[in-house]
Amino acid sequence: MNDLPLWAAIPVTLLLLFGSALALIGSIGLVNLRSFYARVHAPTLGTTLGIGSILLASMLYFSVLRTRFVLHELLMAVFIVLSTPVTLMLLTRAALYRDQREGSSEVPAVLPSDPPEKEVP
Amino acid sequence: MRRLLPYPAMAVAMLLLWLLLNDGVSVGGVLLGGALALAGCAVLAALRLPRAHLRRIAILPGLLRDVAIEVARSNNAVARLILRPPRERTHQPGFVRIPLDMRSPYGLAALACILTATPGTVWVDYDSSDGTMLLHVLDLIDREEWVRIVKDRWERRLMEVFE
Repeated sequence: MNDLPLWAAIPVTLLLLFGSALALIGSIGLVNLRSFYARVHAPTLGTTLGIGSILLASMLYFSVLRTRFVLHELLMAVFIVLSTPVTLMLLTRAALYRDQREGSSEVPAVLPSDPPEKEVP
Repeated sequence: MRRLLPYPAMAVAMLLLWLLLNDGVSVGGVLLGGALALAGCAVLAALRLPRAHLRRIAILPGLLRDVAIEVARSNNAVARLILRPPRERTHQPGFVRIPLDMRSPYGLAALACILTATPGTVWVDYDSSDGTMLLHVLDLIDREEWVRIVKDRWERRLMEVFE
């Protein structure tokens, strides 16, 4: 980073620190929060604003050094924004399905519109 | 033509994506990207997706801006909640069932992505028989307010675009 001018190095560093701090807080939440459903919320910190500022830092760094065009970061942002919610939804739905089967009191019961399961005689 | 190229816009988008990932235009890149785009569109056609009707695209930039603001705001809220020592955390996680008027599958997918990408809310389930969705909220203070937020802030505007 010797050839990066100071006026660019400061915002790049700040953005990197901010993004990694958010990712760290998200990971702390993933460990610390009490229930599975609460934990699911924590990683979104890193995958939204956290990854956003790290990508901004990367855009700034490579634009100032003029090594390549910034579109790769935009693509990464699109892929992350589209794929993370799907993963989280799948995890939550799997957990909800299991908890409902086990009749846990922490989750809402199966809707009355679902046909009740028939008991095998 | 229609059988060979069922989604022309999607094929062009896939080709552009491939060229962007390769960081440059070359004959080999265009040929390989074109083949991949055609194959990708054939897969899409095999899925027999319902046609999307996009109306009023003009409100999309404003919607994206509001999503970004909301994401930043809830990042702050959730980060504060996590950094509080466990004994002082007074948040009440909970589920809330929200009746939706939107039926467009693309609109619902967009709503699901917006809500799940926002820290503090996760879209859990959608019941197509009565059109309600189940949302998990990290700090559920007022159920009615969440119903209002989802319906007024996002659903109404997504319906303007997708229905």
